[in-house]
Amino acid sequence: MSEEQFQKRIDNEEKIEPKDWMPDNYRKHLIRQISQHAHSEVIGMQPEGNWITRAPSLRSKMILLAKIQDEAGHGLYLYSACETLGVSREQLVQQLHDKKAKYSSIFNYPTLNWADMGAIGWLVDGAAIVNQVSLQRTSYGPYSRGMVRICKEESFHQRQGYEIMATMAAGTPEQKQMAQDALNRIWWPSIMMFGPHDADSPRSGKALKWKIKRETNDELRQRFIDKTVQQTEIIGLTIPDPHLKWNEERGHYDYGKIDWDEFWNVVKGNGPCNKQRLDHHKKAHSEGEWVRNAAIAYQKKIELLTS
Amino acid sequence: MSENTDVWEVFIQSKNGLPHKHAGSVHATDKEMALQNARDLYTRRKEGSSIWVVKATNIVASQAEDSDSFFDPSDDKMYRHPTFYTMPDGAKNI
Amino acid sequence: MSNLLNYTLRIADNALILGQRMSQWCSNGPTLEEDIAMVNISLDLFGQANGFYEYASSIDGNKSADDFAFLRSEREYFNSLIVEQKNGHFGDTIVRNSLFDVYAVLFYIKLGKSKDETLAALGSKSLKEAKYHLRHSSNWLIRLGDGTEESKEKVQTSLNDIWMFTGNLFEMDELDSEMFSSGIGVNNTALKPEWDKEVNKILGKAKLTRPEDSYMQTGSKKGVHTEHLGHLLSEMQYLQRTHPDAKW
Repeated sequence: MSEEQFQKRIDNEEKIEPKDWMPDNYRKHLIRQISQHAHSEVIGMQPEGNWITRAPSLRSKMILLAKIQDEAGHGLYLYSACETLGVSREQLVQQLHDKKAKYSSIFNYPTLNWADMGAIGWLVDGAAIVNQVSLQRTSYGPYSRGMVRICKEESFHQRQGYEIMATMAAGTPEQKQMAQDALNRIWWPSIMMFGPHDADSPRSGKALKWKIKRETNDELRQRFIDKTVQQTEIIGLTIPDPHLKWNEERGHYDYGKIDWDEFWNVVKGNGPCNKQRLDHHKKAHSEGEWVRNAAIAYQKKIELLTS
Repeated sequence: MSENTDVWEVFIQSKNGLPHKHAGSVHATDKEMALQNARDLYTRRKEGSSIWVVKATNIVASQAEDSDSFFDPSDDKMYRHPTFYTMPDGAKNI
Repeated sequence: MSNLLNYTLRIADNALILGQRMSQWCSNGPTLEEDIAMVNISLDLFGQANGFYEYASSIDGNKSADDFAFLRSEREYFNSLIVEQKNGHFGDTIVRNSLFDVYAVLFYIKLGKSKDETLAALGSKSLKEAKYHLRHSSNWLIRLGDGTEESKEKVQTSLNDIWMFTGNLFEMDELDSEMFSSGIGVNNTALKPEWDKEVNKILGKAKLTRPEDSYMQTGSKKGVHTEHLGHLLSEMQYLQRTHPDAKW
């Protein structure tokens, strides 16, 4: 097969499957994108995991646990999809540890009060949903099917977060203050999740041509902002953007300038929690090595016995 | 760094009587662990009543390059499909 | 406090404290698959706790399930000593859980036959989960015991260290005896022979040595615990204590 024939398949909305021919760069791009998506799910367990033991009610504790469990599951679906491209889970984890692979920089921020659980579910999962709904139509079969599964599970995540924010915003003065504080800290990093502006996004062109990505960063970002403003107003909180204004002509909300210096700083490794998140992951991994070795040793013994 | 663990493909039967459908894969060192991991990952929302796990290396797949000779010949044998035939009006149970 | 309430709290507290312990494994597991498995177990346990606390709440007529879960002081919890032991490394957790899970299965089988309909229903439901938890913990105990030299050594130590908390599970105090004679509660002591048989079987497969029975720690039924419980509760209760008027 040639690149032209491959492109024709893409243009025809055909799904590319693991054993199909694909350009090297298509494979490489997918490995990078899918693995970074997977790493994000897994690292994302940490900021939320930070509040599990302190969850303030049985119900909220169970819901948070179920949500984080889903994130782990999403990580697994995505690692599975990525492995179909010819890379192993161990290699992917090694890339994460060596900082060769990235994860969503939103998870490099700390979770400082219980309302952060609300803000993360509502905004971070909310932003992820906008992105993921779009990705359901991605050209690579296993990734697309993974995304369909993930999207089904994701909507409860956002509702869980929004419910926490609504409850706190309508609660005691301290609760409302915590909710507004969480919104103040998490709003801008959430809209940065969609990546640089289209004009500054070099890989987007190829990604769109190959239908790995179906919409641009700015299109998705705008969609998210438009949806969220109304939700914020309903619960009586304020988005920390004085330039946020409905533009009748465009039919969208205008919003203020994103601080890209902060974004790139965090991406480069200077965020509040970059070191902590990676150290935590490495520690769990290395502390678990004796366990994994034991399981493999046991497996070998069984195989010897049954051979 | 520990060795790679085996990949197992997971098939879930959502309801008695239906076929098992491919749901994805899990890593595990043996079949008991594979079953448990598959159950934890793929049936949290009651998606199934039966799980099959198969080591990925045991799966034999048709090759994309062969799809011409493997699958196209069935494409022009429309007479295998019931809709190919015109039935007289009014005939029942056929 | 009524007998029924006290008895129900003992069961609920076991699930709550072990659930809290298991939730601490989130993002710390030896594999991502185990992270999911352990959080799953934690969820099951909190679900069980919630069920029993809701019953406690209806018996009490005043306090809510959350009030019971979050607002008692250290001496007012009645969970067994073994479940409050720290997670330690994965082997410590698996050993602790295996020993408790065998008990839990046997306990819930009997509770499922309680004359109290609610306890019976809760018992039957919890039994399904306890069986799965036992499957998970016992299978891991076997793999760790019969894995590498390092893993065998680690879990043998875990087993030796935690053994002194196992006797506590089979105690019968006055409350237990009363509940048992009225057909509501379970005879813990009568569970011991079956527990021994099952544990010996698992340890045999795991190629581990059963520790000598020696002095068994006690006190939990009177709310006398190890120092670990206090810290666990501080963390768990923090938000409720800090914002007494808040609804969550």
